[in-house]
Amino acid sequence: MSDATLGVVPQSVDTIQSSYMAQVQRRRLYGGLTLLIFFVLMVSGFNIADGRNAGGFWDGLHQIGDYPADVLSEAWEKRAALPGLIAKYFPALVETINIAAVSTLIGAIGGLFLSLLGTRGLAKWPRIIPLFRRLSDVMRAVPEIVIALVLIFVLGGGPVPAMIAIAIHTAGALGKLFSEVAENADLKPVEGLASTGANWSQRMLLGVLPQVAPNYVSYSLLRFEINIRASAILGFVGAGGLGYELRNAMAWGPGRFDEAAAIFILLFATIVFFDQVSSHYRNRLTEGQGQ
Amino acid sequence: MTATDLSLVKHEADKLFQRKRLIRFAIPAVIAVYLVYIVFAFDLPGLAQRANLDNAVTLASDSWSHKVHVTRDNRSGNITYAVEGERKGTYPEGQRPHWVSGDEVVTIDLGGDHIVRYLPENRTEIEIPGFPLITVQAEGRALISNLPEDLPDWISASDRRIGITTPEGRITLTGARTEVFNYFPGWELFWFTLDSPYHGQSFATILIGERLDPDRSNISGAVSDWWNNAMWRHKDVAWAIGETILMAFLGTMGAAILALPLAFLAAKRFSPVMLLRAATRRLFDFVRGVDALIWTVVLARAFGPGPLTGALAILITDTGTFGKIFSEALENVDDKQIEGVTSTGAKPLQRYRFGVIPQVVPVLLAQILYFLESNTRSATIIGAITGGGIGLMLTQAIQTQKDWEEVAYYIILIIVMVMFMDWVSGWLRGKLIGGKE
Repeated sequence: MSDATLGVVPQSVDTIQSSYMAQVQRRRLYGGLTLLIFFVLMVSGFNIADGRNAGGFWDGLHQIGDYPADVLSEAWEKRAALPGLIAKYFPALVETINIAAVSTLIGAIGGLFLSLLGTRGLAKWPRIIPLFRRLSDVMRAVPEIVIALVLIFVLGGGPVPAMIAIAIHTAGALGKLFSEVAENADLKPVEGLASTGANWSQRMLLGVLPQVAPNYVSYSLLRFEINIRASAILGFVGAGGLGYELRNAMAWGPGRFDEAAAIFILLFATIVFFDQVSSHYRNRLTEGQGQ
Repeated sequence: MTATDLSLVKHEADKLFQRKRLIRFAIPAVIAVYLVYIVFAFDLPGLAQRANLDNAVTLASDSWSHKVHVTRDNRSGNITYAVEGERKGTYPEGQRPHWVSGDEVVTIDLGGDHIVRYLPENRTEIEIPGFPLITVQAEGRALISNLPEDLPDWISASDRRIGITTPEGRITLTGARTEVFNYFPGWELFWFTLDSPYHGQSFATILIGERLDPDRSNISGAVSDWWNNAMWRHKDVAWAIGETILMAFLGTMGAAILALPLAFLAAKRFSPVMLLRAATRRLFDFVRGVDALIWTVVLARAFGPGPLTGALAILITDTGTFGKIFSEALENVDDKQIEGVTSTGAKPLQRYRFGVIPQVVPVLLAQILYFLESNTRSATIIGAITGGGIGLMLTQAIQTQKDWEEVAYYIILIIVMVMFMDWVSGWLRGKLIGGKE
């Protein structure tokens, strides 16, 4: 019996090796094919995009520095006026930040409810969990600009349409992230509270929120960073704030480049500032949790 | 434990409780104060005046219905029938909707016993239940009507213009023309325009019925007529969605390709030169901080409007984001695996290939795929600014302020597109990385 097994071994090593090599080769072939398809997609995609663009890529590449150079040189010539312009556009900046802050606040509260109502084990009405999940999927899928443009038509221009649009998207996005956190929450405190006769809101407030709060706040801060950018962009399509001023300044063209430069500086400084602040606090929140 | 210890502990516990109580009240209070400030900063009380509820009603009703215009030109006496009043939706010569009848006296039946009659010599009779028969005579630029002084609020009248709004339809009369708008639910001409031979044919007829157009087979003719539908522009819409997805794809993948080598330069363990590391990191911070909006504006000047500009704007912004994420992933690489590979006698390049890359690839792929989905949304917005993709079509449709059914169509398509990309990115993530974590 043992002889027979021994006799088979050298043969099977060969077969194992050859089948291993065959597998490796097939893997390489698949890997190469995937890479080739990816490469073809990139190149043809680039050509299509280049063909449908008003200006070509290779022509434009030379001009890429022209506009920033024009803006910077004009801003430099009128550098004495720059602090005044920055002060002039500061209220618009405050509006942009306010839009982001309010929409993050409202979105976080909405996301909180969506996540608690859409998580198994925590939901108040377990039967309609899928409804809340789909709702947050749809709210997440709608780009802000869609809601903003429709609301601008109904409510008129200004910060409110942008605020509502960003808040809806934020609620959907945070709802998903929050419910991933809530799924990992320990249910024992909830059961303990339930045994004392606590109602749903008490169970959530005392049993779940203390567990998930650091993560929730951390995600909300990240969202706030994203929302500042979003509120600046929505301003450009007519929703008030810094983006709106930028569009107006750009529409004037040369001669008003110093204003555009002032807005660029404000926007850049704001984004970098809030990035740093939020990443600082996020690190502190997640560090505290690790211990 | 002595009594003093206990009282000290109790005192501390009391203080802690007080602080907690304070925080519990202070945070909602701060939020409430901030919201009150926002109410005034955003001028919410004034919003009620600025808001245009008529616009909301138009939007809500037009997005799921269409109207057919019956227009009489009072100078020539010609009557035209057109869906949404557009030339592309005009009924061909000799055809008209079935609810219009008569030759000398053209009778328009709006339904619910609301009847409008176009009489010769620019006279119009309007029959509305519960209201005396209205007759209007157009004389040059003026209108002579038998309307009483005291009008209900659904009729507005002056000697130049009369407007009547009923639940069944709308009628406007001026000296130059008389128009009746009849409303119907649904998106009219979504499949075929009126000049197509396939309009009004059932699906079965087109599929298996006899040939409707002698030159073409039914199916290819129907597909081509649908694809080139002048009213709904299915071809342009498909191209626009393709452009938007292309912007997201090119931008995300290009950024990933650019960011990977740069991330090695920014990661402490692979890049010993401090200055180089710091420079790369500041570069990431800079391109991220400038933001897609400013990049879009700057790039649109160099490349002109179009999908390439949008793709490049996404590419540049995301190079910064990816660089940051990738370099963090590279710094968290586990040493054990590299040591294991080194112990087999692997050279430095092989060490990277088999020790480092397998560890970071799942993280990188997950991020790239996540950004692919999120950038589809960004590409819609950037498209609205640079002029490319479905974002531009949506903005244009909203700005014309009349094709609300097209706006609704685009919005549905955008949501479907984003959900599709979400699904694709989740599916690819599952395929390439396997499982959730």
